[in-house]
Amino acid sequence: MNQNPAIGHNTVPKMTARDVNVFYGQKQAIKNVSIDVSAEHVTAFIGPSGCGKSTFLRCLNRMNDTVDGARVEGRIELDGQDVYASGMDVVQLRARVGMVFQKPNPFPKSIYENVAYGPRLHGLARSKTDMDEIVESALKRAGLWDEAKDRLNESGTAMSGGQQQRLCIARAIAVDPEVILMDEPCSALDPIATARIEELIDELRGRYAIVIVTHNMQQAARVSQKTAFFHLGTLVEYDDTSAIFTNPKATRTKDYITGRYG
Amino acid sequence: MAEFAAHTVKSFDEDIAQLRAVITRMGGLCETQIAESVDALMSRNSEAAQTIIENDKRLDALEAGAEALAVRIIALRAPLADDLREIVSALKIAGVLERIGDYAKNIAKRSAVIAQSQPVGPAVIIPEMARLVVEIIRDTLDAFVDRDPVKALALLQRDQQVDEYYNSLFRALLTFMMENPHYITPSTHLLFVAKNLERIGDHATSVAEMVYYSVTGQRPAERPKNDFTSTVYSPE
Repeated sequence: MNQNPAIGHNTVPKMTARDVNVFYGQKQAIKNVSIDVSAEHVTAFIGPSGCGKSTFLRCLNRMNDTVDGARVEGRIELDGQDVYASGMDVVQLRARVGMVFQKPNPFPKSIYENVAYGPRLHGLARSKTDMDEIVESALKRAGLWDEAKDRLNESGTAMSGGQQQRLCIARAIAVDPEVILMDEPCSALDPIATARIEELIDELRGRYAIVIVTHNMQQAARVSQKTAFFHLGTLVEYDDTSAIFTNPKATRTKDYITGRYG
Repeated sequence: MAEFAAHTVKSFDEDIAQLRAVITRMGGLCETQIAESVDALMSRNSEAAQTIIENDKRLDALEAGAEALAVRIIALRAPLADDLREIVSALKIAGVLERIGDYAKNIAKRSAVIAQSQPVGPAVIIPEMARLVVEIIRDTLDAFVDRDPVKALALLQRDQQVDEYYNSLFRALLTFMMENPHYITPSTHLLFVAKNLERIGDHATSVAEMVYYSVTGQRPAERPKNDFTSTVYSPE
């Protein structure tokens, strides 16, 4: 019998984490977190600032490798493969587990080049026609094609914030990842641009395993099917999103989502 | 029940407190309306009955106020978890209490007709039944204020007593009408009065169920029903 409610949901997990501890120097940021991420659902990580949700998210594609003094213990697997194994090609890993950040960060290149960059790096296109198709399909899946098709050679940074964020999503999906990690993807966007990203997340659901970190509780409730609540580096509760927001089990979860925290 | 920590935004707590206060006032008014409508009925006081009919408008206004407040809280605060359950429950409870008020008003209306007819013997059960119903409403509102699921659950059984009163009155009035056809008019009105009280009991019980859900997030198991009069052919 599994004691941990975060483990053992019926679907085969895309990613699994077991007893993960993360340290920044002396400070422990994540304490014994075990969780399964399904490919069929959007999983939301919520919790107050400093609770470790972004730190944990960044463990999933080894983004913490780039942080000085960061140390990750425990086991994280992608389709049963140890992400932290010594032979793991981190560039390949990040192609399979893509990431979208809080602030849109397009390259200072054309819209076309922003999307083509990853596929070119990974040698996914054999010809110009191939690449054109990849760029078009990624922009279409990101819901940006109609707005971008007549200005593919303009700079990505000239687009609006919401368009830039969708461009970053197009860039992430251009390399055909299996998992997309999103760290506060809408916090710099207005409500309309936010709604378009949320709609996009819903359309991408099922095609990719999506994990989203958000401070916006309503957003977590709207876009995800599973929600994990982090507090002080621990995973407090992980359940169906509807259960977390209507009837959470843990008092800490309830106090946080109802605005009684702290 | 457990004490709840205050919200970081204090005005949210004030909004919820205000909504609870409106529900409590509605509950208190319902108790008064039922007790006084039955008093007016038994003492054949048509003037008092008229006042009760007028007072029902206050319940209608309170319900509208509760609805506006609940809608505002949902729009401005986006409540979640137990807050959300409480506000949705309060919205529903306000509607049920308004309905209970309508039944009391209907009793008051019938008392005018009954006052013009000969007294009917079995009517003596009515004040007993009303006392029980008022008690159930009072305890239900206590459970709501205290957020007490145990109290709410216990109330689900109490409605059976109301049903039993109703069953016995139903049989008694049927017998009475068969024996004295002159009494058919007042007896029929009394039957409706008794039915109103029986319905009030059902509604109060559903409020207790809402309180239980609001506090625990679970629905209580199916409750027993004891009103079998819909299948009775003759009062044997």
